[in-house]
Amino acid sequence: MSQSGRIGGGLVDYGRTLDFRFNGATLQGHPGDTLASALLANGQRLVARSFKYHRPRGIFSAGSEEPNALVQLRQGAYQEPNTRATVVELFAGLEAQSQNFRGSLRHDLLAVNDWLAPFLSAGFYYKTFMWPAAFWEKLYEPVIRAAAGLGRLSGQEDPDRYDKGYLHCEVLVIGAGPAGLMAALTAARAGVRVILADEDFRMGGRLNAETYRIDDRPGVQWAEQVLAELAAMAHVRLLPRTTVYGAFDHGIYGALERRTDHLLQCDGQPRQVLWRIYSRQAILCAGATERPMVFANNDRPGVMLAGSVRAYANRFGVAAGRKVAVLTNNDNGWQTALDLAASGVALAAVIDTRADAEVPAFQAAPVFRGRQVVDTRGRHGLKSILLSDGQHIAADCLAVSGGWNPNVHLTCHQRGRPQWRESIAAFVPGAELPPGMSVAGAAQGSLSLMACLLDGRQAAHAALLALGHKPLPLPLPDAVDEAAGISPCWQVPGRKRAWLDLQNDVTVKDVQLAQREGFHAVEHLKRYTTLGMATDQGKTANVNALAVMAACTGQSIPETGTTIFRPPYTPVPIAALAGHARGRNFRPVRQTPGHQWAQEQGAVFVEAGLWLRAQWFPQAGETRWRESVDREVKQVRAGVGVCDVSTLGKIDIQGRDALEFLNRVYANGFKTLAVGRVRYGLMLREDGFAYDDGTTARLGEQHFLMTTTTANAALVFRNLEFARQCLWPALDVHLVSVTEQWAQYAVAGPRARALLQQLVDEDVDIGGAAFPFMACTELTVCDGVPARLFRISFSGELAYELAVPARYGDALIRVLMQAGQALGVVAYGTEALGVMRIEKGHAAGNELNGQTTALNLGLGAMVARKAESSDFIGNVLSRRPAMNQPDALRLMGFRPLKRDESLSAGAHFLALGATPDLSHDQGWMTSVAFSPMLGHAIGLGFIQRGHERVGEVVRAFDPVRDRDIEVEIVSPHFFDPKGERLHV
Amino acid sequence: MVIDHPLLGLRDAAEFVYLGDAALLERPDATAADAETRFYEYQYLRDNPAGVHQELWFHEQGDHSWLVVTRNTLTHEILCVELARDVVLARRAGA
Repeated sequence: MSQSGRIGGGLVDYGRTLDFRFNGATLQGHPGDTLASALLANGQRLVARSFKYHRPRGIFSAGSEEPNALVQLRQGAYQEPNTRATVVELFAGLEAQSQNFRGSLRHDLLAVNDWLAPFLSAGFYYKTFMWPAAFWEKLYEPVIRAAAGLGRLSGQEDPDRYDKGYLHCEVLVIGAGPAGLMAALTAARAGVRVILADEDFRMGGRLNAETYRIDDRPGVQWAEQVLAELAAMAHVRLLPRTTVYGAFDHGIYGALERRTDHLLQCDGQPRQVLWRIYSRQAILCAGATERPMVFANNDRPGVMLAGSVRAYANRFGVAAGRKVAVLTNNDNGWQTALDLAASGVALAAVIDTRADAEVPAFQAAPVFRGRQVVDTRGRHGLKSILLSDGQHIAADCLAVSGGWNPNVHLTCHQRGRPQWRESIAAFVPGAELPPGMSVAGAAQGSLSLMACLLDGRQAAHAALLALGHKPLPLPLPDAVDEAAGISPCWQVPGRKRAWLDLQNDVTVKDVQLAQREGFHAVEHLKRYTTLGMATDQGKTANVNALAVMAACTGQSIPETGTTIFRPPYTPVPIAALAGHARGRNFRPVRQTPGHQWAQEQGAVFVEAGLWLRAQWFPQAGETRWRESVDREVKQVRAGVGVCDVSTLGKIDIQGRDALEFLNRVYANGFKTLAVGRVRYGLMLREDGFAYDDGTTARLGEQHFLMTTTTANAALVFRNLEFARQCLWPALDVHLVSVTEQWAQYAVAGPRARALLQQLVDEDVDIGGAAFPFMACTELTVCDGVPARLFRISFSGELAYELAVPARYGDALIRVLMQAGQALGVVAYGTEALGVMRIEKGHAAGNELNGQTTALNLGLGAMVARKAESSDFIGNVLSRRPAMNQPDALRLMGFRPLKRDESLSAGAHFLALGATPDLSHDQGWMTSVAFSPMLGHAIGLGFIQRGHERVGEVVRAFDPVRDRDIEVEIVSPHFFDPKGERLHV
Repeated sequence: MVIDHPLLGLRDAAEFVYLGDAALLERPDATAADAETRFYEYQYLRDNPAGVHQELWFHEQGDHSWLVVTRNTLTHEILCVELARDVVLARRAGA
């Protein structure tokens, strides 16, 4: 197909031809085209089907406000639905398809909806699909879902990369039209850091689309010169193809840069970049959006915005029609007639709805004043228009100007409300702007070129003064102060459907119906009719709809209400918001220093917070996880095992008052902790419930090392800092988190000492008498490597934890396993660790769930003793009577009556024969395991008065897994209850 | 949001963890006769003003300072940022 609509001229590079495909046909365009301008150049008028009625639709605008021309780009996993053809920069190889039709675009089967329109009025979902209720899920929803929506997602993972970044500047200028360029130049010449962002791939704004001259040369040339000057300054950053989509607190702006959307291949670059821009001052120069007029069948392909028709001619060298009629209610609309005539485009008529306006002398076409367009014809595209005087005029394009709406969107992002300005019949930014923001140019209602330039300079001056800079005098270029008179023509009366919101198929009748049914508040109107929703957010629809509602209620437009806007200004892909944080990179992964070694052993890993921990180490021939875990437990208890415990939180605590500090943050006493000793500690929240436990070692007179659980490491540290800085700032104590600085291994089992003795340097005695249970020391291992040794045990065995600086962590695990070979050393993971702690009745995360007290955990006496003498966090509220009832839950052990039965965590305890309901609930099972030492399942759990009920049989009732078994209450210390193995 | 840290200057709010009402600085005396009531109020009762509010922020991804930030909850305007430690010491010196 030839480019029949091409008239030449403009900012398109005719020297190169770009092949692209639209609905399967290969078409040609040129660099500088958008997909929309190339389609128009190729005479493609029908490009889409509307959302609800599936009406034929064409290109309506030339910018991001486009409601009609939504297309699907690319193919396969790269497919991207609902893209506005008017902002898609053309490139060779671009694939685009129309969407939202069944059958063919020209003969869309769902166009039947258009005939059903009388039944599809506003709110029809709510009215029609009310009953029978059972029909909703089975019939209505599937049918509606199949018919609804615009484009289709590929359903595959997006193969492109998206990035995020941070930028800083003194002055952010949003929009690179005449006002924005002037503002950026003024600010940049004063030497402050400036960022100039514009959504278009070519900066210049309306200067690219108009024929106005500045300093007696084309406005485009002036823009190019300013941009060249800005680009040469190191403190200026130009961001074309970048939409500033949101104004957030404290001068932070969100911006989406389409980095490689205009290329066939990304070549390793991110597709889009989401910028967070920190600015001191921001100048909004977002321009204005033209609005259409409201008359019957105003939605046909060929009915377009006048300024856009002008843009296609002036910038893209494309005539939007072979015979164009112009309809306007304002002076600016005439510019389209003048420019088209100058370009040699045939004009059918110029219709000015104003009877008394002064209009230019115009010879190129008949001029009709004081008349309106009342209807249009043309099934797949405009063929003729009908004037209010009964005349039919043949035209395949109607360029409509209903006036210009300043783009106030970003001024509303912090609840600012726009104000009505009668002189331009539009909303302008209100008095309350986001702090640091000012508005210049058409965005604040200055609708002439001269006013825009002046505004831009003035706003930059004000911003510089606010920053404490003295602006340099910058002469104002000479430009036209063109007329912008308007006399609104909101709505042409008629019985046929007249569209307000093209994208959502909202007509005048829908708004009138909403008003009759009581939805006259603007926010209700929007939700009832879907006006202003979806990709264009009603940029061309909202003000006209307000005018129709105002006419219904007999109020003025400002009395009827204003719509305010939330971010984003234009759609932001979820992929850009996610950036790199998806899949495996959704959040960081933390690996211990021994990770590499564990991986070499074929360890199965489990996520513990951000950490990856070895869960078990399968050996050849082991097919089920239980085989590995049972073996690991037995080998530890029979010989010796090593477990990586580096993930435990470690906090280094020093200072003259460190001991006093510890005594205040733990619920048990620490005042008597001697140097070289370790103590178990339980922490309460201030509400008296337990939240973490661990050990603290006294390494020196004023030097302590605390461990926390893996999960709570950050929280405990935060709370300790709170206690130190906010509760007791007079104490001399200092905290440093050293979790990542030390690698730590538990060495457990009867031969643990024999193993460690091979590593520790000779002057250290770790024998039973010299280094008893709960001893600690700093020492060296492996010929001088600094280390810390703690004789603590989670497994109930003779056990140590050996810590070395993280850089030795990998070497240490290899040395331990090497040295232990003769002793039959085994590496064990978190599962075996868990089995052994349940065998010993030690509480862990399942028991310390934030809802249990020291009393519940069997540590009540320890805490109560301390509370008599000193204060600590959680002290007062832990003594509340309700938390100390005689029938309080107690941590106990449980074993199945039939020894071959397994247990399930989460089961609730009931007396034998009791009805299973809440009133008979006596507690619940928290942790279960198969004990390879005892040969049957064991469990820990909380049960009322458990300590008085040893030997009693209760039901463990688990309706979730449909289990109900009898269990016996026993001591939680299943294995080696006297702790003899510990003290060897 | 951006918080003007007294030691480090302007920092993004994403570096901080929010705790809430700065009333948490005033931990009651555990030995007082009505300690249980006072701790109950300290733990559970908060004012929820629409307007100026003193609140605690922790610079977790930074220097680990606890800050008292005076913020207008309606506009997010930040009126004052102080080190919590300084606030508490000053109050106790004045008391």
